[in-house]
Amino acid sequence: MSSNTWPLWEVFVRSARGLSHVHAGSLHAPDAEMAVRNARDLYTRRNEGISLWVVRSEDIITSDPDEKDSFFESPQGKDYRHATYYKASEGVKHL
Amino acid sequence: MAATTPQNAGLSAVPSYEQEQSQARFDALIEQDSRIEPRDWMPEAYRKTLTRQVSQHAHSEIIGMQPEANWITRAPSLKRKSILMAKVQDEAGHGLYLYSAAETLGTPRDELNDQLMSGRAKYSSIFNYPARSWADMGAIGWLVDGAAIANQVPLCRASYGPYGRAMVRICKEESFHQRQGFEILLALSRGTEAQRKMAQDAINRFYEPSLMMFGPPDEQSPNSAQSMAWKIKRFSNDELRQRFVGMIAEQVKVLGMTLPDPELRFDEETGRWIHKELNWDEFMAVIKGNGPMNSHRLERRREAHREGAWVREAAAAYARKYENSEVA
Ligand SMILES: [Fe+2]
Ligand SMILES: [Fe+2]
Repeated sequence: MSSNTWPLWEVFVRSARGLSHVHAGSLHAPDAEMAVRNARDLYTRRNEGISLWVVRSEDIITSDPDEKDSFFESPQGKDYRHATYYKASEGVKHL
Repeated sequence: MAATTPQNAGLSAVPSYEQEQSQARFDALIEQDSRIEPRDWMPEAYRKTLTRQVSQHAHSEIIGMQPEANWITRAPSLKRKSILMAKVQDEAGHGLYLYSAAETLGTPRDELNDQLMSGRAKYSSIFNYPARSWADMGAIGWLVDGAAIANQVPLCRASYGPYGRAMVRICKEESFHQRQGFEILLALSRGTEAQRKMAQDAINRFYEPSLMMFGPPDEQSPNSAQSMAWKIKRFSNDELRQRFVGMIAEQVKVLGMTLPDPELRFDEETGRWIHKELNWDEFMAVIKGNGPMNSHRLERRREAHREGAWVREAAAAYARKYENSEVA
């Protein structure tokens, strides 16, 4: 690793107790500890978070964007997976 | 020429079936006002335009720290000093959000830094003017950050996802920048005669350059139409300038000061603000590197980079050592 090519890290911030960590952005840092410190300075200058995750961008496995149509087609046409599909029971209380 | 067979001629010119499909998908996403994300196919020209725009924007945030950082040690009170430091730190953050967004388009950070430090890249010409007095901190916050906000709010909806998301974060932080500047001027406007004069002088110097931050008039801005078609830009340079000048024309009254523009008026008939002719020759000269502070700003940026070299090297050496010990 040369001095001017620090790895890229993705930053996730939990904004409050009870909420998930959400992707906030990315940054460069030489190691994990510096990445967490930089993430604090860069993404939580105004109490935006109470917890941080950082992960090396290269360690994230993603779905293939070129395959996205076929990869995500299974739920299509299966609207019976949503409560709104069931119309006959409309108007029944507490259902 | 006659020897060129039709097949050969067609090879590079005619897009393949896949390219056509990709282009159609891209066009549909733009049409639906959806967003383009880093791993999506995009036309080369779109990638190039965005890389240029986002990196120039990042450079502007980074260079933009200098005129204000220059006044931190001379702020008139501890409170003003803390505020100014927070603002300059925000601008550093803005630069970093934007560099990250630019990198998702495929140009590495080192290359972007290098483009700035070698003088090949442009940045907002407003930062090539000197900040001469404390009142300039007020005028910069009110007018320069104000113009930046007017420009940036519509960019939150830019069609490229990472750019729009960076802008959302930036816009949230910018609002305090403009207010703190306005309040510096407000305090001076309620002060002594000399303080009022200093405030008016700062407004006089920053008025015209801040109006030019929106870029050349529409008829001289050939790339705007394409950027608007790609939904990177949502309003033309002149529309944004109009909106801005209308706001500051009202705000300046609260300060009991004036804008240095005797021609400024709202034209009821056209519903437009008329302002004086702006000095575009000067604008072009400053962009090309001949502003009062161009070489100073770039030299300062290079110096900071040089002086930080040992920190970067030490951090990298430490990371290497830690990595090895972990493996062992
Ligand atoms: Fe900024
Ligand atoms: Fe700002």
